[in-house]
Amino acid sequence: MAEAETSRRRERPLSPHLQIYRPMLTMMMSIVHRLTGAALFFGMLLVVWWLIAAATGPNAYANVQWFMQTLVGRLILFGYTWALIHHMLGGIRHLIWDLGYGFGPAEREWMAVANLVGSIGLTVVLWFVGYLMLGDIR
Amino acid sequence: MVQLTLPKNSKITEGKTWKRPTGARNVTPFRVYRWNPDDGQNPRMDTYFVDRDDCAPMVLDALIWIKNKIDPTLTFRRSCREGVCGSCAMNIDGTNTLACTKGMDEIKGTIKVYPLPHQPVIKDLVPDLTNFYAQYASIEPWLQTKTPTPEKEWRQSHEDRKKLDDHYECILCACCSTSCPSYWWNSDRYLGPAALLQANRWIGDSRDEATGERLDNLEDPFRLYRCHTIMNCAKACPKGLNPAKSIAEIKKRLVERQV
Repeated sequence: MAEAETSRRRERPLSPHLQIYRPMLTMMMSIVHRLTGAALFFGMLLVVWWLIAAATGPNAYANVQWFMQTLVGRLILFGYTWALIHHMLGGIRHLIWDLGYGFGPAEREWMAVANLVGSIGLTVVLWFVGYLMLGDIR
Repeated sequence: MVQLTLPKNSKITEGKTWKRPTGARNVTPFRVYRWNPDDGQNPRMDTYFVDRDDCAPMVLDALIWIKNKIDPTLTFRRSCREGVCGSCAMNIDGTNTLACTKGMDEIKGTIKVYPLPHQPVIKDLVPDLTNFYAQYASIEPWLQTKTPTPEKEWRQSHEDRKKLDDHYECILCACCSTSCPSYWWNSDRYLGPAALLQANRWIGDSRDEATGERLDNLEDPFRLYRCHTIMNCAKACPKGLNPAKSIAEIKKRLVERQV
């Protein structure tokens, strides 16, 4: 009787998780670290494309140079720069954790903020300096 | 395995809105996860209105008030009502905590209550923690020694005893483990913050003589190294402990013993 009753029951549902958990800075930063890491894979393809073009000859190289100077090309490069710097600073954060530091309630928050501010700031500075040095190329 | 959405039988539907208490002036709305194993329906969100002038201040008080005054079928675990037993761990206002130590005044607006995340639900706010307890058992949470047992007790200096601080206070409420995205995706193989904090408690015990075996048991890409320092565990712990730090200490020991 009891057995028949339980077999009629439905399979237990899974309680909600990602849908309901409050997004928190360190959690979001972890996700962004993953995403930038994945983006770097595709960024590396860009570098490979550029190198192969340079090895192939002037025409191929000119094509790449043209694409990189379009608005889309520049946006991609800008994003790639940010992803690279963000992931690198994130890597330093992980290194600090691996040494056993940076777990306190205050430290873990400011390290996350520093990572974000640092990556955006450094990207802007890098591009600013880049444009200054190559002033004549628009 | 990473599955971002809920399986079909777990999708949450809109539930019943229960009657407002008449004459109440200070009312807080509650949205509570309900699932009845016997009615063949999907989980649903019920809405209750709690008369704060008639109810003590904690979220657990409100749940008990609802059970007593509105809906006796509402099911949840509770026991000590003072943050010692860990029974009333649940997801309140988006984070895992103990209903008994979470004040309603800490939450703005509607108070949402779900069972601990990514667990099989037995009924309403009661999750099945079988896997969680089995993982705790797998780290062998007891003193293991090889030298002959002393005539009296195993002695420990004050300094060595101090090393157990921030570990022994754990009440195994599962708030941390079920807050961890890595545990959500890999709880079949990743031990999770609670079990690993406990593992570190025994690894760090000066009287224990199985440190090497304990570390061997954890040196595994999944059991230990699925921790990606997301820190949800440390933020969730209602006892203010820091499982992320304990896990980092274990990782450090594993490196140190190789050099």
